Amino acid sequence: MNYIPHTDGDRERMLKTIGVNSLAALFQDVPEKVKLKKPFSLPSPLSEPELHANLLAASQKNTSPAFLGGGSYSHFIPSVVKQLVSRSEFYTAYTPYQAELSQGMLQVIYEYQTLLCSLTGMDVANASLYDGATALAEACFLACRVTGRKEILVSAALHPEYRKVLKTYVEGAGLRLKEVPFTVEGKTERPDKYLSAESACFALQQPNFFGCIESVGGLAETVHAQGALLVASADPISLGILAAPGKYGADVVVGEGQALGNPVAFGGPGLGIFAAKKEYLRQLPGRIVGLTTDQEGRRGFCLTLQTREQHIRREKAASNICTNEALAALAATLYLSVMGKAGLRKVAELCVQKTNYLRHALTPLKKLVFSTPSFKELVIKSEHKIGLDLSLYYPEFPSCRLISLTELTGKEALDELIKKLSH
Amino acid sequence: MSLFVPAELKYSKEHEWVKADGKTATVGITHHAQDQLGDVVYVDLPAVGKEFAAMQEFGVVESVKSVSSLYCPVGGKVVEVNTALNDKPQLVNDGPYAEGWMIKLEVKIPAELSSLLTAEEYKKLIEKK
Repeated sequence: MNYIPHTDGDRERMLKTIGVNSLAALFQDVPEKVKLKKPFSLPSPLSEPELHANLLAASQKNTSPAFLGGGSYSHFIPSVVKQLVSRSEFYTAYTPYQAELSQGMLQVIYEYQTLLCSLTGMDVANASLYDGATALAEACFLACRVTGRKEILVSAALHPEYRKVLKTYVEGAGLRLKEVPFTVEGKTERPDKYLSAESACFALQQPNFFGCIESVGGLAETVHAQGALLVASADPISLGILAAPGKYGADVVVGEGQALGNPVAFGGPGLGIFAAKKEYLRQLPGRIVGLTTDQEGRRGFCLTLQTREQHIRREKAASNICTNEALAALAATLYLSVMGKAGLRKVAELCVQKTNYLRHALTPLKKLVFSTPSFKELVIKSEHKIGLDLSLYYPEFPSCRLISLTELTGKEALDELIKKLSH
Repeated sequence: MSLFVPAELKYSKEHEWVKADGKTATVGITHHAQDQLGDVVYVDLPAVGKEFAAMQEFGVVESVKSVSSLYCPVGGKVVEVNTALNDKPQLVNDGPYAEGWMIKLEVKIPAELSSLLTAEEYKKLIEKK
């Protein structure tokens, strides 16, 4: 089978149509020094069984767990999640375009919203956004719209890539970003002296990028006293054991939902979680599915409050992104339904137990960078290429690695890691 | 199309009406505006004490089919908002000049009132459309 759709004849006709003599002439604007002047050095083609064997052999070189996390996590995905996600009735990336025709899909999204509200302690949730980073940016925008202010305070211990995305959003919108530093213990400083009458919100991540558990007691009161909103970026798995952000007074809760039933893949697709207090309902970005009754009084699901959306509100829309991650949201819905309250708590407890096991072993070795208790990640001093190189994001931490553990990390793997670090 | 335009009121080109009473001005949207919008389902009004310049956006009105910005016909400080609209936004349809009023302003520059449209002028404006 030929995977390249264009024949030489096709190319000739296209070049002729636009009045260019050759392919080289078409690319003449590309600087010489970046042009590849030799054929691709690709190995000869393989048959499918050969390719399969080849990839299998390569994958078997992975002898120990990578301890990689930093936003994407390997959690166990029950078979039923994979099975149901693959059903053709559900297999769509977005909200269907003739939304109300797909009652099943809308019901899933409605249930996803409901599950997220109980998980986060919020009143309303949308049908999801791209990922944790864009959800954070949208939450900060919401705060700016609600307060009429232009300054966004963000914890320096919030995912560096999320802050990068936020910076991109902020630049175009004429808003300002100010960072609240973190302490030597690995916790974000109290925002008191950074907050002012210009601050629209304070955004922090719980647990933060280093895995450390932030102190949130009294935080919302401090933020609200300045008329600002508290935005929490939360790991949904951690909510099996940590307080729901609604409990500590957060106004908007966002997060990366990949960990809920979605594989790590190559770092995507993600699932942007977005939930808020009821008073911000009309400022929510994206799609919202509502429960209603039809002409004959039967239960039905529909897209609701669409006057926030760009096809009606045009340039004044709450957001110009209405894309949701329907399939990833479906996986999250199935995952939460299968795990239940007790199951999610168990997963979260296992994460903490494994992290504490490692913490206790590494404390006497003086390998830990931060003293604050953490959920499923630890920053350690090591020259070994394990976990994530923290200096990529924080150059002030050379030879430091962010180690991630989940319920899938076995005791043998942990003991092996401890042995490695002991030398 | 109904052309219910009370003679004693002043109007903005953005379809708000103003009823001046000393230094206080009551503001709402016209019968024509609510007719064009259809069933009003939500009215977002400002907080009391907020100040607006003439023709600055003071809120939004949302109907089943669209959302429109509300503009302050004259500059001033909001002294009262019609909180009844929170629970009964349809009052805007039922009585746009009465129980559907939106905000009361303390007018800053009374001269701005005279630059608004008269009932006759406003009638001509909506007839043209």
